[in-house]
Parts: sequence; structure tokens; C-alpha cells
Amino acid sequence: MAGPRNISVSEASRPVLPRHAKLKYDETRQVWVILAPERVLAPDEIAVEVLQLCDGQRNVGEIADQLAAKYSAPREAILADVIAMLQDLADKGFLTEIREKTS
Amino acid sequence: MSDVTIPPSDSLAVLEKQRSTAETFGIPLAVLLEITHRCPLQCPYCSNPVELDRSAKELTSDEWKKVLSELAEIGVLQVHFSGGEPTARKDLVELVKHASDAGLYTNLITSAVLLTREKLSDLADAGLCHVQISFQGIEEGLADRVGGYKGGHRKKLEVAKWTRELDLPLTVNAVMHRQNLHQLPEMIQMALDLDADRLEVANVQYYGWALKNRAALMPTVAQLDECTRLVEEARERLKGRLTIDYVVPDYYALRPKKCMGGWGRQFFNISPAGKVLPCHAAESVTGLDFESVRSNHSIAWIWQNSEAFNRYRGTGWMKEPCKSCEFREIDFGGCRCQAFALTGDAANTDPACALSPLHETIFKQAEAEAEGETSRFLYRNFAGGTLESENDA
Repeated sequence: MAGPRNISVSEASRPVLPRHAKLKYDETRQVWVILAPERVLAPDEIAVEVLQLCDGQRNVGEIADQLAAKYSAPREAILADVIAMLQDLADKGFLTEIREKTS
Repeated sequence: MSDVTIPPSDSLAVLEKQRSTAETFGIPLAVLLEITHRCPLQCPYCSNPVELDRSAKELTSDEWKKVLSELAEIGVLQVHFSGGEPTARKDLVELVKHASDAGLYTNLITSAVLLTREKLSDLADAGLCHVQISFQGIEEGLADRVGGYKGGHRKKLEVAKWTRELDLPLTVNAVMHRQNLHQLPEMIQMALDLDADRLEVANVQYYGWALKNRAALMPTVAQLDECTRLVEEARERLKGRLTIDYVVPDYYALRPKKCMGGWGRQFFNISPAGKVLPCHAAESVTGLDFESVRSNHSIAWIWQNSEAFNRYRGTGWMKEPCKSCEFREIDFGGCRCQAFALTGDAANTDPACALSPLHETIFKQAEAEAEGETSRFLYRNFAGGTLESENDA
């Protein structure tokens, strides 16, 4: 089955795009897009960078670490932005997360 | 030559064409492929034209594959396999595979009644991204009557379950009208129970078959108001759990809909026989010659240069009151097919607009029909329709 829905993105979340949301570079229009049922979203540069790091392995905290190091920017501000963006995507139904098996 | 706008304030904007320039038209993001008009259901509101394409006229597998490759090449990102009933074609898996290999995001818009679990699984393996199943009601009595197909509702529920078991995202497409709008709360619950990702609450649009059945389908103003209230309440309550798209009929509106985003601006579809059309009802407008993918022109050429696409593109074709209207680039005068169907001239203002001289008459007529006694359907078929027996209505 698909990953859980209705997720609340936090520093510990390990987000990943679900099967029905595909990140792709659109050669014709020279933009990155997320293809989803009856939708085409246009993520901005930062969103693309974040989504490329959402591999279901890294957690949000690690993603923020990586971006903070890369841009020599304050980690707390980056973390807040990343969480807000991912939560927005989750609320639209285009983000899921990997959870540890509890059984 | 990019005409895509991305508002800088929103990191996840929905990609759209620039709204402000009337003459702008890039290659559409998504294209609707009506690969056949054959369908086991006989819904009285079918969006197919009243004159259906017979199977002998349908494009072959190779012709559709060529179309799919061409679409991917010119920058189309998504294709919707629709119909008729797309699973009535034996080559659907092959076509989905071809589309996926070409990099297209594939949607299946289906009545579901012909699917087996094995076929659905083959489609998933072929790369299908999303399944959209139409529902006519929430229980088999009404649902099977509307679809004109016994056992249809039960089968749809089964296929919806398989869809989620195969980890495919599911859209429940609820087609609403006067005779089933009272079931909307249960319909929303049904979408949740089926573990759907998305629900389309689609009020019937009155063209073709639906126009013939308008008296049996037109909702009352009170029904529509309640429908809107329920959708808004459910959207809030189910945020992050179920996406709800909402299509309203425009008869009771004051402003017409920006149909298809404007003629020839954001959308085209391809008919079973390969005609490239500005919308699925366009063949109802007489006096337009639509080019086919079987012609020696490319799809991009047809989109950009053919007379039928250019006839109502932009604002140059407009008459008054559209011509000098401040909203002319907002709604492009509404829907050309509706203007043609209700006034006899596609260049007239869509009567859904309050500025149309016919608006009042049509609104009153629809309102009277909604209050009327007619509930018998004219079922859709290749024979030009069959009237429902009086005992069943």
C-alpha cells in the first residue's frame, strides 16, 4: 500500500514523493514540474532542491543540515522553510513519508 | 518560447498559461485522448457527441502510438485515456506502455465495468499513474439505472478496491445532477471508504446527450447551493486526506465559465477517429472543419495553424456584448459550444453570462425544468438514444 496520508511534517519525518507525484524536468518549457493527478505543479528552485533530497532515507533535519551547509545559511530559518513547503505539498496530497515497521 | 507563469510568492504554484494575454497559446500540459466511443454504459449525460464514431473509424494501435510519441515530443506532459470506455480497446495496455516509455504521465478515465484484476495489474505494470472511476450514485438501484447497466455499481466498487490494492492512486468521479445530488454526503463518505486520493464532484455540463436530457437532470438552485456548502465543508474537514475538485453547472451563474481556458489556448483532445478538437463537444458546432492526425499535418501544426482552432482563439472574433466587455480576456465569452447549442451561433455570448440577451430566458427555462416532473432518461447509444421505459423512471 501507499505511504500514510495526512502527515504532519517534522524534523524527524523522512518524506518521499508518492508514486502518483512525479518530479520531472520539462525540456520544452525549461522548468521543473511535479506531475500529479489532473495537476501540474511548478516547484521553485529551492523546492526542487529539497524534493531531490526527499529519498525516504534522509529526514527533514538532515535535509536542512545539508542545505544550511551548502548555502552557509542559518539552519533554523532553512528548517522552518523546508517544513512549511513540505507541509504544503503534504496538504495537497502529494507527499508521503517512510515509517519504521512496528510489527 | 515559454509562456508559463510561476508566481514568485508561491513555491508550489499550479502551472498555468499566462492569463492576461488573449493571443497566447503554448502547447497544452495535458491532452484528452478519447480512444473509442464504444461503452457498455449508457449514461444520459455522456460528454461524447450525439453522433458517435463507429469502431471502424477508430485510429489503429500504430496510429495512436505515433500520436503519443508526437505529443511527448512537442511538450505535452500528461495524457488522459478516456472514451467512451477506454478499456473497450484491446490495445490499452500497449498504449499505456508506449505513453509511459515516451515519458508521459498517464491517467485512465474509466467506467471500470470491463476491467479484471489482471488487466488492471497489467496496466499498473505498463506504468499507469492514476485511475479515475466514474460513479453514478451510492447504491446500485439508482446508480445502475443512471448508467443503464445492471451490476455496474457493484463492479465499480470492486475495481476501486483493486486499484488501491495495486497501490494506484484513485479518483472517484461523482457525476451529479438533480436525481442524485441528495446522495452527495454519502458519496463523499464512499470516496473515503474506498481510500480515494481525490474526489471530483462534477455537476453535469449541458451539451450533447446531457442537453437532450436537461429536463431530467437539471438541479434546482437550492440543490446546488446545498451541494456547494457540502463541498466547502468537506474540503476543510478532509484537507490533506482527500482532494476535492468541484465543477458547477453554469446555468445559475452570472458570469460564464472560462471554458477550456479559452478556445485553443490550453487544451485539445483527440477523437476516436483522430480529429484534433478544441474541446470534447466541439464537433457539435457545425461549419467547422477539424483536421485529423491522419492528415499530412503534424499535431503541433494543427494546434497552431488550423482554421478551426484559430476561428475563436483570442478576442478578434467577438461580437457585442463581448467585444467591448471588460471581462473579455477573463472568460473569453464563455463556452462556444454552449453559445452554439443555445443560440445557433458560436460567436454569440454564451447565454450563461448575465450580459447575454438570452440569459434571463434560459435561466427561467432551466429553473422550470428543475422544478418539473420529467425524470425519464434518453440513454446514450449508437442508435441516437433510447428513451427509458416509463416504469423504470
